[in-house]
Order: sequence, then structure tokens, then C-alpha cells
Amino acid sequence: MIRKNLHLAGILALAGIILFAAGYLAAWFFGPRLTGDLPYLSLAIAALAIIGAGYTLNNFIQSYVLGVRRLTEETRVITSVNPKHRVNVEVPSDIKRLTEVINAFADRYQSAVNDQSEQIEKAHAQLEDEKNRLAALMSELTEGVLVCNLEGRILLYNNRAKQLLKSAPNSAGRNERVGGFVGLGRSVFGLIDRNAITYVLEELRERHKKGNARLVSQVVTTAANGQLVRTRTAPIISHTDEINGFVITLEDVTQQTDRSRRRDMLLQALTEGVRSSLANIRSAIETIEQYPQMDPRKSVQLRKVIADESFTLSSRLNQITSDYDTYLKADWQLEEMMGSDLLWAIQRQFEDKLHVTTILDGHDDNLWLKVDSYSVVQALSLMVARLKEAYQVTEIKLCLRQSGQLAAMDLVWPAGKADLDTLWSWQNQIYTAKNDESAPALREVAERHGGEVWLQPNKETGMLMLRLLLPTTQPKPSLSVPTVQGSRPEYYDFDLFHQAGQNPEIDNRPLVELAYTVFDTETTGLNPASDEIISVSAVRIVNGRLLRQEIFDQLVDPKRSLPRTSAEITGISGEMLRNQPTIEQVLPSFQKFTEGTVLIAHNAAFDMRMLQIKEQQTGVKFTNPVLDTLLLSAITHANHKDHSLEAIAQRLGINIIGRHTSLGDAILTGDIFLKLLPLLAEQGIVTLAQARAAAEETYLARIKY
Amino acid sequence: MSKKILIVDDESNIVISIEFLMKQAGYQVEIANNGEDALEKVAAFRPDLVLLDVMMPKINGFEVSRRIRENSAWHDIKIIMLTAKGREVEVTKGLALGADAYIIKPFSTRELMAEVKHILSQ
Repeated sequence: MIRKNLHLAGILALAGIILFAAGYLAAWFFGPRLTGDLPYLSLAIAALAIIGAGYTLNNFIQSYVLGVRRLTEETRVITSVNPKHRVNVEVPSDIKRLTEVINAFADRYQSAVNDQSEQIEKAHAQLEDEKNRLAALMSELTEGVLVCNLEGRILLYNNRAKQLLKSAPNSAGRNERVGGFVGLGRSVFGLIDRNAITYVLEELRERHKKGNARLVSQVVTTAANGQLVRTRTAPIISHTDEINGFVITLEDVTQQTDRSRRRDMLLQALTEGVRSSLANIRSAIETIEQYPQMDPRKSVQLRKVIADESFTLSSRLNQITSDYDTYLKADWQLEEMMGSDLLWAIQRQFEDKLHVTTILDGHDDNLWLKVDSYSVVQALSLMVARLKEAYQVTEIKLCLRQSGQLAAMDLVWPAGKADLDTLWSWQNQIYTAKNDESAPALREVAERHGGEVWLQPNKETGMLMLRLLLPTTQPKPSLSVPTVQGSRPEYYDFDLFHQAGQNPEIDNRPLVELAYTVFDTETTGLNPASDEIISVSAVRIVNGRLLRQEIFDQLVDPKRSLPRTSAEITGISGEMLRNQPTIEQVLPSFQKFTEGTVLIAHNAAFDMRMLQIKEQQTGVKFTNPVLDTLLLSAITHANHKDHSLEAIAQRLGINIIGRHTSLGDAILTGDIFLKLLPLLAEQGIVTLAQARAAAEETYLARIKY
Repeated sequence: MSKKILIVDDESNIVISIEFLMKQAGYQVEIANNGEDALEKVAAFRPDLVLLDVMMPKINGFEVSRRIRENSAWHDIKIIMLTAKGREVEVTKGLALGADAYIIKPFSTRELMAEVKHILSQ
């Protein structure tokens, strides 16, 4: 509109000039026929009037239209960037009034904004307080805690969880199980058996769907480091009433289980041992009494039995009494579960995983079991998997009935050609399926429950029955656990809830969203072909934060002597390296640490070359994408020549502490990388692919010149 | 013709008494010291009753009982399980796998004799 008006003023002025010129020309042309100056004069006046009108209009537009335009711009500054700004424009008096109104509004707006930010600050402080309280609380817990999103990425953990799940010490060489690492954004499945967690989550989802309030599930499973842990899993329920994450608490039961097993053995030795000795004695005495006239040789034999067995009995009792003091009471904690829930879990497992039709052939209502449901389901389904494989069993009937103090779970299927002796032996075997899932032997599971298991043919119906006796219980009414509802405050790095899965297409994801392992190695020298790594250190970056508590810092025994220069530069002596793990032991563990991250190193080419040379020896191949802070710095500060860590740190205003330990260098490199990110973004380098392309270009340029 | 009893137990101390008592009561007695031996003697001796201990190495009493019951020619052989395993689960399992009675150690010899007599008269 304004622009059009300006044009209009210009056009009017131009029209005046053209009109004057045309009039003058006309007067000159028709001149002889016209008499006097009058026509010239009137034409000139008309033209002047038009020019004058144009000029006035232009002035009007300058002061009013442009004034309003500036007014708009200044008002926009107040509303968007700086609430403290006030409108101050030269405008005609009638618009002046408008500026006053706008400024009055701005005053009110500013105080509202101030109030708001004050409140936000208060809320932030409160949140920070709560966060610290939670952190303090969690660090006090004797149980490990992991909070994960549905993908299994860790959002929060405590120190105990880290301790429980850390890798076993590198002592047994490279064949040993390498445990995973606990860290923000890392997958929990690298730490705890994926099958166990998936099983529990499905179970919880089913219960949640049915409106069951008992949303905690307990499973004993083996962690990646070989530790036996009891996990209790509770779902996190969103405001839309869906499960969007879970909390796992962990307890070490290796010791407990061992203790409990020994206690059981003790009790068994007591009852069974004493029983048979007593039986022997009683039989002998009763026989002697019944036949006082018996053959003296027989009588001597029986008396000897009594003497021997009495002695056995006393020494056994002594042994047991002393053992009992050693082992305190410990319980293999079994979970209380509705019988029907267990049946459904088994049915789901059989049908979904094994594609075996499973008919629920009735169950007693309100039958509560005390079970480790995971091991029962696992052991039964691997048994059925074997049945299907060996005898093509495709349909199974399942029922559960009270049997005295116990519950009898029956699996019934047509006997077919099944060989009973073979089936009988399966109960005692640990079976590993093709997909590497393995389950404890059915017999062991039964024993763990204080139950029994056996096979029974029914000759009339031609069916086979597998019966598993399990302990029952009366549920305590108050057992329902408060569920974790959506109203629960959210702490820490819960942005990870919304993080996309680990994606092979990470190339196109923004650099700020990626997880990184910033690492540095120290070596015996500078020749990758002949020198050895003597230390590997790394720190993680997740969601743009350097996680100083999630580090990898390991000395390596190079199995060769150390040049004096190396010891001088690195401060690592040969003495320090003796009895440290070798590179074959360290690299698998380091690789585990870097899983799913982008590697960053300063002058990465050297460190990567050191790792690559070890590939054959260690069998460990690093396929992660790699970024080099040296090259990234060369992109952002193309006019500088010095891209050493010190020089970059100085340019970017980073304090240098602890240099020349590999961990210190790794942390410094990480700090540098984080400062380089916004500088790269200014040059339009936002994704990993762009960063790598730019780095490559710079690299080539550096080689050329 | 007197009835035949097979005593199966790997503990000789109890076998001494039971063997003596059974013989005194007029039964023909054979002894087996383990599960395999028991199955052979069942075939050879063809007892009317087996006094069967459960806890034996290799083939245990449950399994011996199961195998006896699998053979229809032996369907009339009576089985009494004698065992120090006294929990409900084991009793249930023993009876399910074909035992006619289940006696828990220690027992009174009179009770045992009465049970044997009762079972054999069935």
C-alpha cells in the first residue's frame, strides 16, 4: 500500500512535468495561429499546480506513511526481541498519540514478561532442587536403578547400577564375557538379557491393558557381565495412559542365591540324612526286640548297625549345626502371580513364538502361584520347541488345577511316536535353541520352586502329559504397588524419550543430536607400525553434554619396553604398565564402550591407524563414523595455521587442565568439539554427512598446500 | 506258594533288617542294590511286591516305578516306595508314577509289615 502511494506521488509529479512540456510544445507549434501569451501562462500554471500537488502528497507520505512503517518496526522490536525498547519516532502530532499508547502497552508488557521470567526461574530452581534430592536419594539406594524409554535407552541411572553391571575384571583373556557399559542414552539391552526385559514388558502391558494394578514384575536373570541379578520392573505410564518407559531396580543375587542354595542343601541333608539313619536304627532295634531268640550272628550284625548309624547321626547333626550358623536365612524370591496370568503368558509364548496352537483346558479361579514366571515360561517353551522339532507336535492343551497345597500345571499332547525315555531325559537337560535362547532344565526350575516335574502317559487316550507342580500362595491384599503415573515429575535427560532409534542413517541427523565417544590413546612412539598403545581413554557426549562421569580410562601393557621419551611425554612408566591388561583384553571392552556412537579424536587419523593395526590381533574392528577436531578446527578457522589442541583451546577460551594424560586430552577434545559445533552451524554444517564432507575437503586442501 | 518280595535299596544297613523281617514273615526275598539291578531282578524274579527306595544313583526309584508300569506284563506287581524324601510333591509324584503306597523313612517296622500284608492281600 505504502509503496503504491509513493509511486502515485512520483507519477503525479512526472505527469505535471510532461503536461508542462506538452503545453509548451503545442504553443510553439500552433503559435502563429494563436495570439498573446495567455495560453502559455495558463498551461504553466496548471503544470505548476500539478507539480505542487505531487510535492505535497510526497511530503504527506514521507511523514505519515513512513512514520507508521517505522512505528511498526519499532513495535516489533518490543514484542519480539527487546521488551525494554520504547518507540521513539518523528511523526506528525496526531500519530504521536499512538506512540504514547504503544509505549504504555510496552510498559505493561515488560512487567508481565519480567514476572513470567521470574516465575520460570523459580520453577527452574525448584526443579533443580528436586533433581538434586532425587540424585541424593538414588545414590543412597542399595539397589541399582535404571530408568529407560521404551527403546531401552537409559535416561537415568545411579552409581549402584553402574557397579552391579560393570564388566568383570579383565583376567581371563578375550574369550570372557564383556559386560556392557551403563551410560545415558546407551541401550539397556547390552546390559541385561533382552529376552527377559521384553518378556517382562509384554507381561506388564497385558496387565495394564486388563486394568491390573500390580504393575511390578520381578525376574531373576543373568546380566551381560555374568552376574545373577534380580530385576524388578515398573512401567512409566504417560498421560495418555500408555507405557512409554520403565524403571528397573537391580539387586545382586549371586551371593544370595548361592547362600540360599546351600541352605536348602543343608536342610535336605538334615531331613533326608537323619531320616535314613533313624530308619536303619529303628528297623534294627525293632527286629531284635521282635525276635529275641535270633541267631547270635544276626544279632551282632544288627547291633553293629545301631552303633554305626548312631555315630553317623551324631556327627551329621554336629556338622549341620555348625553349617547352619554360617548360612543365614535367604529367600529365593518368587513372585506372586495369578495362575490364569501365568497360563496366558505361556499361551502367548507358545502361539506367538513357536506357532503351536495352545488350548486353555480350564483352570481354577483365584489360584495364586508363587513363581519365577520367566524361568517357568522359558523352560516350558523350550521343551515344547523341542517337541515340535522332534515329533511335530503342533497343538497342546494346557490346564492348571489345585492339587492339595500345590498347583498342578499339565501340558497334554498326543503321544504319537514319542519315545518316553528320550522325553524323560529332556527334563534334566539345559536346552539351547537355534536362536541361542537357552533355558534352565525343567527339573532345575521345578526344584527352584520346591516343586516337581514328570511325564505321564495316558494309555486310554493315547496322550502324553507333562505335569509341573508349583507352590501356591494366598495373596496379601495390600500388595498392589502404586503405579508410576504421568503426573510424576520428569527429571534429567528425558529428551531421550523422544530420540529416534539407533539408525544406520545417522549421516543426515543433526550433529547436536548424536552420541559421541571422544577418545585419545597414548603410545610408545609415533610410528603406528612398530609402536604400541599404552593407554586408551574416552569420555562420552550425549545430547550436547560432556558426561565426565562416563569415562573409559585404561592403561595397557604393551608387552615391550618403553622408550624413555615416551615415559617423559606421557608420564606413564613401565612400572605402571606391568600387570595391566593387554590390548587384546582392552579393545573388546573399549569397542563395547563406543557402541552406537560417533568417534571423535584430535588428529584422529593417527589413533584410528593404531586401532586398525590391532584389528587382526584382537579381532576388533571399529566401524563407527569418525570426526577429527583438527580438521573441524581447520574448517572453522581456515585462516589460522596452528590447529594443535593447545592453540584451539586458547582460541576458543577453554581452560587446559591435565594435558598429556590421555583422559585429560580426551576431555579437552570433547570440550573443543562442543565449542566448534555452533561455529560449524554458522557455516551451514549441521549434519554428520556435511561435517565429514567439509572435513574431507579441508584435509585434501591441507595436503595440497 | 509264598509271595515274593524284591527289596531295592542302596543302603545295606536297612536291607539287613527288612530282609530278615520279610523272611521271618515267610516271604521269598530278593535284594537289588540299584535301579538297573532292580529292573533285571523284576524280570528274572518276577516279584509280587517291590519295596522301592527312591534315592538311588543313576536310575532312581521314580524311574524304576515308571518302567515297571510301562510293561503291561507287570501290571499286577505292587510297589511300595520307601523314602526319606517326604515332601508332598514327592509323594504326589511317586503315586502318579505308579506306586501303590508311599512310606516315609523313618517308619516303624510293624507299620511296614502291616502295609506289605495289606497291599499283598488286595
